[in-house]
Amino acid sequence: MSAQRYTYYPGCSAKGVGRAFTESLDAVFEHLGTGLDEIEDWNCCGATAWPSVDEDQAFALSARNLALAEDRAPDAGPVDVLASCTGCYRALLKTEHVLAEPGPTADKIGGALAAIGLDYEGRARARHPVDILVNEIGLDAISAAVVRPLTGLKVACYYGCLLVRPFATFDDQYNPTSMDRLVAAVGAEPIDWPLKTRCCGGSCYCGGPVIGAMPEATMQLSYALLREATKRGADMIATTCPLCQFNLEGFQDRMSKRFGRPLDIPAVFISQLLGVAMGIDEKRLGIQRLLRWRLPERMPVAAEGGGHARA
Amino acid sequence: MTGKRKKWRPVKDQSKFEAQLDPGFAAEVAAQVEDGELLHQCIQCGTCSSVCPVSAYMDLTPRRLIAMTRAGARDDVLHSFSPWVCTSCYACTVECPKRVPITEIMHALRRISLVEKTYPRRFTTPVMTQAFVDMIHDRGRSTESWISMKLYLKTNPAQLVKNASIGQRLMRQGRMGLKRETIHDRAKLRALLKAASS
Repeated sequence: MSAQRYTYYPGCSAKGVGRAFTESLDAVFEHLGTGLDEIEDWNCCGATAWPSVDEDQAFALSARNLALAEDRAPDAGPVDVLASCTGCYRALLKTEHVLAEPGPTADKIGGALAAIGLDYEGRARARHPVDILVNEIGLDAISAAVVRPLTGLKVACYYGCLLVRPFATFDDQYNPTSMDRLVAAVGAEPIDWPLKTRCCGGSCYCGGPVIGAMPEATMQLSYALLREATKRGADMIATTCPLCQFNLEGFQDRMSKRFGRPLDIPAVFISQLLGVAMGIDEKRLGIQRLLRWRLPERMPVAAEGGGHARA
Repeated sequence: MTGKRKKWRPVKDQSKFEAQLDPGFAAEVAAQVEDGELLHQCIQCGTCSSVCPVSAYMDLTPRRLIAMTRAGARDDVLHSFSPWVCTSCYACTVECPKRVPITEIMHALRRISLVEKTYPRRFTTPVMTQAFVDMIHDRGRSTESWISMKLYLKTNPAQLVKNASIGQRLMRQGRMGLKRETIHDRAKLRALLKAASS
């Protein structure tokens, strides 16, 4: 288990509609003996809206965040920037790639940063918390921290589009398994389903819960996911993106009415599930902020601190 | 699937004559995108259109859009809804056997149509994009409640009423607020954006 604390870039949505994501990640990382430090005065990553207006400006936005992250760690060496929202994660990765290649764009962004007294040396690297949990902290350390194994809970792990696309940095692009391994490590059962990386329509919102953007398309896309997960017997959907999470949980009543089939399946952040298994207080995990939350009745209720050291 | 799926109609006046085409259009688009010249390698297999989760809602599918861009059907492509329907999920880019950066091309088409003012005016995504960009330019961060309200007021005020209850619920849970998020270094952020603008 690493004792180092991580630099954290939440992004607007993981502080707004998905603030439970930031809260639960914070709690889980602390429980695992490390912690998250937010970048001071971070700005929006530009999402997918800014590249549609001016791509260089979009790079500049993310470059500022990366440069600020480097400022926090003055000694040489790579700095991991944890971006929880997968939209921000993609924006940071893309900027990193563009700035790593010497050329007119990199020069221009470098110059723009220098004009406001910042410098990006290429040390800051965007990482996703799931990547850190699986590949650095490790599944063993996570299962060792479990006090309440989620035995019997069937979870559909939904990765969303941008966690593995267009850059597959730590997992398979077509059939990612990191989240499945994580939920298995806390005793739950990941179900096998084909829609792991199918778009939920959430990005139609460009950084906000705006069902008005393309309601028809969005409802169809989310409905396909929810229906498939329900059909395969999942009790819950685990997500890694504030937009996906809100999109999947927020409009189930409307979808039930629209498509004539009842839907009622909680969509939670994966960090919340991990936290529950580790016996962290539900308030700290932001469970009360979910629109739907329930554990199936068939699950054995283990006392906190009980003898389930390993799942 | 219901019948009233497509609310918008296909491009009205399609280019019918060669004289209407702009042979330099493909190069113009390709120049805006990293590896954009791969556009010319497209084999029209249609993989992009079949993996696209929203191609059913587009007036021109991604495959057609690439073909028409290459042919130089500038007006049709720039008036199309398709780039604005794209959710940027990158499924097409990843699946394309010729590695055409389709999603980035969609973004480039959006940029050109914003400059030339050919984007669909009352359509929600361009309105939202603009509202979002303005807000970040001004404040450095986005506040979801304000973006939603701006969008509804500009495109479909009825949605404001329809979504009021869910908005209230989110506010009660502390997931949404009316206070606008702001960064401290607003002046520097603006200077940065100005220096980086193309």
